[in-house]
Amino acid sequence: MMRGESLPRAAAPFLGFARLLRRHAFAIAPEQATSFMQAVTLLGPRSMNDIREAALATLAPSPDRRGEFDAHFRGYFYGDAKPLIEGEEDDETRVKDDRGAREEENQVTRQEKGGELSSALEQLSARDFQRDSDGLGSFRRRLACALPARRSFRTARTRSRGTLDLRRSLSEIVSADGDIPAPQLRRRQTVPRKLLLLIDVSGSMKQHTADYLKLAHAAVQGADRAEVFTFGTRLTRITSALRIRGREQALARAAGLVDDWDGGTRMGPTLLAFLSVPRFSAFARGACVVILSDGLERGDHSDLETAMRRFSARAFRLSLASPLAGDPRFRPATAALGAILPMLDDLVDGSSVGSLTDFILSLARPAPAASVIWKRVS
Amino acid sequence: MTSADAVAVAASPEAIAARLAASRYLADDSLATAIFLAIRLGKPLLLEGAPGVGKTEAAKAVAELLGRELVRLQCYEGIDAGHALYEWNYQRQLLAIRHAGEHEIDIYDDRFLIARPLLQVLRAPEQRVLLVDEIDRSDHEFEALLLEFLSDFQISIPERGTIRAAAQPIVILTSNRTRELAEALRRRCVYHWIGYPDAQREAEIIMLRSGHVAEATARAVANAVQEIRARPLAKPPGIAEAVEWANAATILEKGGSPWPEAFRRAIGVLIKDEEDFSAIAPELGRIVEEALG
Repeated sequence: MMRGESLPRAAAPFLGFARLLRRHAFAIAPEQATSFMQAVTLLGPRSMNDIREAALATLAPSPDRRGEFDAHFRGYFYGDAKPLIEGEEDDETRVKDDRGAREEENQVTRQEKGGELSSALEQLSARDFQRDSDGLGSFRRRLACALPARRSFRTARTRSRGTLDLRRSLSEIVSADGDIPAPQLRRRQTVPRKLLLLIDVSGSMKQHTADYLKLAHAAVQGADRAEVFTFGTRLTRITSALRIRGREQALARAAGLVDDWDGGTRMGPTLLAFLSVPRFSAFARGACVVILSDGLERGDHSDLETAMRRFSARAFRLSLASPLAGDPRFRPATAALGAILPMLDDLVDGSSVGSLTDFILSLARPAPAASVIWKRVS
Repeated sequence: MTSADAVAVAASPEAIAARLAASRYLADDSLATAIFLAIRLGKPLLLEGAPGVGKTEAAKAVAELLGRELVRLQCYEGIDAGHALYEWNYQRQLLAIRHAGEHEIDIYDDRFLIARPLLQVLRAPEQRVLLVDEIDRSDHEFEALLLEFLSDFQISIPERGTIRAAAQPIVILTSNRTRELAEALRRRCVYHWIGYPDAQREAEIIMLRSGHVAEATARAVANAVQEIRARPLAKPPGIAEAVEWANAATILEKGGSPWPEAFRRAIGVLIKDEEDFSAIAPELGRIVEEALG
């Protein structure tokens, strides 16, 4: 990297902007900074817009962080007030998911039957997580092998039951000077299915969310491809935060990303918003989808029904883990649960980490549909 | 046209936008700038955006604008070097070994090499446009495999050595963003995010793409599609669907259906998901009336 003093004076601001972005956790490689300066030269520049276009094209901020990028650009080149942006911006779902704000004025928090609090009112708040010890280490180690597997389109070498691997067989023949040794075989690999956890962080789930996030952290650490979202009145992807190895640090970062702790529930619209983003709904395709929620949808549940039908069509296995199911007297008797029960593969006890880890580790084992089991119980 | 000619065509972003418009592709200033920079900096162009916003069409329009042949590599899960770069023709190699008997034979000769799209582009005497379509569908390993090609326009074949491009290709990658691409790939490319166009531009695109659609119809379709896209649909309609809707409604109208009814009857070419259709159906009449209004 060139030292600042040896740069032409005109180039310094552009290099400075690249440095600024790096300080704010944008991954800018040195060759991108060089390309930025070349692009500015190629474009003239005739206006500030040319410099912005050059920056967007060569420094390539992801669409999730475009707003943050623009704020830094304005702050650096126009001297606007320093942007108050920290961490990762959430994905574009909020554009289509603003009904919570519109409803805010009209809604009154309601006391639901059974003493559970469930409303569409946004109550934004922050939360801290305390360190504690539990048995999630063993869950993390066993998870990768416990998830259901599917056949990949990639192949791996095998000693028996495979198709002839001509490439390797030929190189064996050549190295054996024309002799024909045992043929080399290949077979399609099996890979674990994706695990998608959708965690309800509304007020009615308050006492369980801390445990769920610890479980989610162990899942992201243990599984090859796990994705975690939280939902209440908004939808937030927290997978990137949970990839941090240290649990305390990861959960603190996740806690910072989520704005709607202990607020209301808009389960149906939020899950529909999830499905309307192709990038997110691709996570659900062929995956084990586990929704950690009490399923207490207030008002009309048609959106929830539509969302669950879509999940059911995409997912390999769709499960709802409800803390209410831990009570032996529990029956899926509410209108919303009754409507979505036929689409669920499992409706299980989500009241403790132990029951949840046991369930997730058993996902590869076939089980009767949730409606069959609960009909038997009723 | 040589590489120098391509640079001459890409004199400025405005020149590119004008030439793309002549190829019936309307590019906004940002996209024209990104294409201009990709050609002039000699870097691959990475286009990301929702399905149906015209990423693949942009690559085709760039090939037309430069007068180049387009070579397309469609990515999918499990794609590997054998599908993208090259493969040895093992059956022919085995036959050749058998026929050669005691004679020496080079089984890594050109005769036995099957060139896949990337190698075809490198060996072509003339510059070509390579479209690597839907790179997000491929595995991470495949992305890593592309890195050498994207940064140096060369590939290494262990048995033959390194093959460099005879004429540096124009490379365009597209992604629907169903997963994050590696930073290493992104930083080798000029990047552009294509969003849905605003109603006015979409109306212009509809008129450009289908000559027989009236301006008022195109505007109505564009307005209605904007409204429909704002809903949480499983498959939001792309620009191609909007063009088809305008076409279909025009055909029905010429066949005797009055306007709002023609739009409603042609909705099947716009909404291709049963549940989306059920969600939109109750409001479709109002949306169309307002769009026509």
